[in-house]
Parts: sequence; C-alpha cells; structure tokens
Amino acid sequence: MSRTLILGGALSVLVVLAALTSFIWTPFEHTAMNIPAKLQTPNGTHWFGTDHFGRDMFSMIMVGARTSIAVAFVAVGIGIGLGVPLGLWAAARQGGWVDEVIMRGNDLIFAFPSLVIAILITAIFGAGAINAIIAIGIFNIPVFARVTRGGALPIWAREFILAARVAGKGAARISYEHVLPNIANLLIVQATIQFSLGILAEAALSYVGLGAQPPTPSWGRMLADAQTLVSIAPHMALVPGFAIILTVLGLNLLGDGLRDALDPKLRVAGV
Amino acid sequence: MLRYTLKRLLSLMISLAIASLVIFAVIEVAPGDPASFMLGINAQEDTLAALRAELGLDQSKLQRYLGWVAGMLQGDFGTSYQYRTPVAQMIGDRLWVSLPLAIYALTLSTLIAFPAGIYAAARRGKAGDIGVMGATQIGVAIPNFWFAMMLVLVFAINLRWFSAGGFAGWDKGTFAALKSLTLPAIALALPQAAILARVMRSALLDVMGEDFMRTARAKGLTRAQALRRHGLRNAMIPVLTILGLQLSFLLAGGIIIEQVFYLPGLGRLIFQSISARDLIVVESVTMLLVFAVIVVNFLVDLAYAAVDPRLRART
Repeated sequence: MSRTLILGGALSVLVVLAALTSFIWTPFEHTAMNIPAKLQTPNGTHWFGTDHFGRDMFSMIMVGARTSIAVAFVAVGIGIGLGVPLGLWAAARQGGWVDEVIMRGNDLIFAFPSLVIAILITAIFGAGAINAIIAIGIFNIPVFARVTRGGALPIWAREFILAARVAGKGAARISYEHVLPNIANLLIVQATIQFSLGILAEAALSYVGLGAQPPTPSWGRMLADAQTLVSIAPHMALVPGFAIILTVLGLNLLGDGLRDALDPKLRVAGV
Repeated sequence: MLRYTLKRLLSLMISLAIASLVIFAVIEVAPGDPASFMLGINAQEDTLAALRAELGLDQSKLQRYLGWVAGMLQGDFGTSYQYRTPVAQMIGDRLWVSLPLAIYALTLSTLIAFPAGIYAAARRGKAGDIGVMGATQIGVAIPNFWFAMMLVLVFAINLRWFSAGGFAGWDKGTFAALKSLTLPAIALALPQAAILARVMRSALLDVMGEDFMRTARAKGLTRAQALRRHGLRNAMIPVLTILGLQLSFLLAGGIIIEQVFYLPGLGRLIFQSISARDLIVVESVTMLLVFAVIVVNFLVDLAYAAVDPRLRART
C-alpha cells in the first residue's frame, strides 16, 4: 500500500470517526454557551479553545464534521444515482440521439458557474442543508455521467460484451451486469474527489449563510463567525480552517491512492 | 475548419437559448413578489398593481421571457427594481472590479504554476517534485475564503501593508486600485495555481515520453533545449483548456472572495440583489456569467481545432 493511500485513508477515517463519535459523546454540549469562558485559546479543558459565546470548539468541530459529511455524502449520492445510469444509457446508445441529448445536457450544466447557481438555488428556495445538498448534487450529475460514459465506451467494444449480446441480453442488463462492475474502480475514485469538492462547497455555502442553519454547527459558519474576531481570536478561524483542509486533503490523497492501487497502469504515467 | 466553426456556433446558440430558459424558469418559480417586497406588507392593492404594471410583472411569462431575451440581444438588460437604474450600467460598473480581479488572479496563478509545474516535471520523482506536488495537494484543499481571511490577518491587520477590504477605485490611480485587489487576487490565485501546476506537470511528463522528444535529444539538443523548443509547445494544449476554464471560474468564483473583502464586484451585486429580491439583476448577471463561460469554452475549442486538425474530425 502506498504512503498516499495510508495517509489519506487515516485522515478520512479520523474525520468520519469524529463525526460518528459526536452522536454519543462530545467533551461539552456543542450548543452550551459559557460567556465567562469565551474566546479562550486552546488549553487543557477546551482542546480547540472556545468561541465568542464560550462554546467548546472541539465539540463544535466534531458535530460540524457530521454536517459536512452528510451534505457531501448525499450530494455525491445524487450524482451517482442519476449520473451513472445516464452515462450507462449514453454509452449503450453511443452516437445515437439519446447519447447526444445526454452529453449536450451535461455540457450545458458544466457551463453554469456552479457556485453562483448553488447560491441562487439556496437563496431563492431558502437557506438550509437540504437545499445545499440539492445545489451541490445537481453539479455532480454531469461529472458522473461523463466519467461513466467515458469508462463504459471502451468496455462496450470488448468481446465479452459481444458474447453477452449473442446470449440475448439487452442493453440495460449488459450495462448493469457487465459494464458497471468494470468501471466501478473509476467511479469510486471519482466519488472520493467529488466528496472532497462537496465538503469545500458546503463550507463555502454555509460561510455565506446559505448552508445548514443554527443551531446545527457547520465548519463554514464557524469561519463566518470568526471573520470579525480574527484579529483578537485567530484560533476561531484557524481551527475550522484546518478541519476543512485536513478533511479535503485526506479525501484527495485517498482518491489518488485508490486510483493508483486500483489501476496500476496509471502509476507508470505518474499523473 | 469553416464547417466545424459553424457546427460549434450552432451548438453555442442552442446552449445559450437553453441556459436563458433555465435561468428564467428558476427565477420565475422563486417565491416572493418583487413589487410587494419593495412596498412592504402594508401596501394598498392598487399601488401594488400599479407598480407591477410599471415593472412589467403583469405581462404573461412568455412575453416577459421574450422581452428579456430581445432586450439582452440589444444590450438592454432591463431596469433594476430596487435602484431604477439600467442593469447594464450596474453590471458595467461592477465589471471594472470583477474582470481586473479575475485577470490579476489568473496572471498570478500562471506566474506561480508554470515555473512550479515545469520544475516538478524536470525533477520527476526527486525531492523537488515531491515537494511541489505536496504543496499543490495542500493548495487545492484550502478554501479560498479561508485563505483570504488569513491574508487579511497577516498582511492587513498585523503587518498593515494592505487595507483589510474595500476597493480604492480606478480614479485613485492604477496603483491604488491594483493594491486593493492584490490580497483578493492572491486568495483566488492560490488554489487555481495548485491545479494549474499539476496539469502543467502531467502534460509535460506526457510530452517527454513522445518519440519526437527523443529525436530532438538525438540530434544534439540538451534536455532543457528540447523541453523549451518542443516540449512546452505541445504541453500547452491541455494547459490552455484549464486556463480557459479558470478565467470563467474566476469571474464567477470571485463571488465569495468579494464578500470577504467587501469588493463592489459582480459577486456582491448578485448577493445584494438576491436579498433585495431584485430578480431582474440576478437574472441578467447570472446570464452574463453563463454567457462568459460558454463563449470562453467555445473560443478555447476553436483555438484547439486551429492548432490541432485532428480535433476537427472528432466532433
């Protein structure tokens, strides 16, 4: 196993564990305010310090991990759930009008500045985790459709597909039974990358106040709270910032490591 | 080439038409009536009706859509509900902040990424390469708005080299204006530079494995000469695509950075208009951004096809 894979895997597992643990235990109640103890720098009692309401930042980071992971996870789910079938369908009808419509539709979604549209969706339909998920998820659909189609096309040219057709299987069944298992690696790697992009997008949306709403903690909103206090309490910005960076870094390394491990051909190319 | 251009132009038109429909539809289903928002909850029914008529909100959806599109084709983006000024003029003012910011950021990211990518490719597998690649991994993981806050903390609050936000204005001189765009441009450029450096490196590594590079070495060029004369030019194709994508991303991507630095650009215009339910502004600015992305991609495609005839046949 490569060092990249181990480091990426360890960071990712750490974040998921923090999120899961927060359901049963956090050092403090994450919403509990304690004004006399406000703006403490990291210390023995409050490992990551406290915010302007005296809330324990370690607990908030743990619970915030839940929000980040949940939003990114469901958004990736939307991308896979809709994008993969579309990509498979396009590949099965390569060159036909279905293929053309699906791929042009993809190009169109790619042309929209995703962040602007996400802001538009959440601003118009109301700020909140659900709308953030939808806004991020929509832009995952064309990514997965494109990757699926790109991976599926060469598979369709293989002999075992011909054999399956001779055996009388239809396009849908071939896609599901023969094409999908052969591109699973590709999809897992892409899912990891989209997951990390989802975490960044969620942070950006909640930073501008359009993500999960209070009292649900989110890393992006912790940063927004920190903005006006950054000169007197830099730890309020540093802590959630590092949480985001380490999570995204971990997922990206995991994706790179998985790609190398699953596809030895790419290791030679060094990309 | 002409056939290819026409075909691409047709698909550009279709994309723009569909994009305008989608944007119009999204805004259309938005809850909240701009007229009642402007007049408050105590407004009389007949005043509301009069304002709706004045804003053109009493027309049918089709009429309004066609009016909007026809107007934009003539450079008329409608009139802001909130300020009663032409949207085109508002966009024009804001563009003088957002466009220079995007170009500034793109220049910075190119200046960082090209040398870094070339250096890493030349030292493939050695410590220098690993160092640069490690730095790019961290670069892509950093949210640009967080990086922006850190820049403010260090360079504006502690060192006092720059102001923490706001825009000096071009009438205060180019230097003052550029100075107030410097921190935002750095914040935008860093993650972009990380991506660009990775693309540059892998494009160069691909090219280095080609036969013509071996031929160049065989005829007596040094490694560096071969890289400069033959390698870079061939590696530029993927790099240019990414640059094209990044310019349009930076135009739209400034939206959050503009919030951090209180810059009066397109991003802040969108935010302010959304919260004021000034939907015609939101509609037109979004359309303009989509237009920019689609046109930049179109130009990149054309540039490609002009450079590499094989691509013309493919689509």
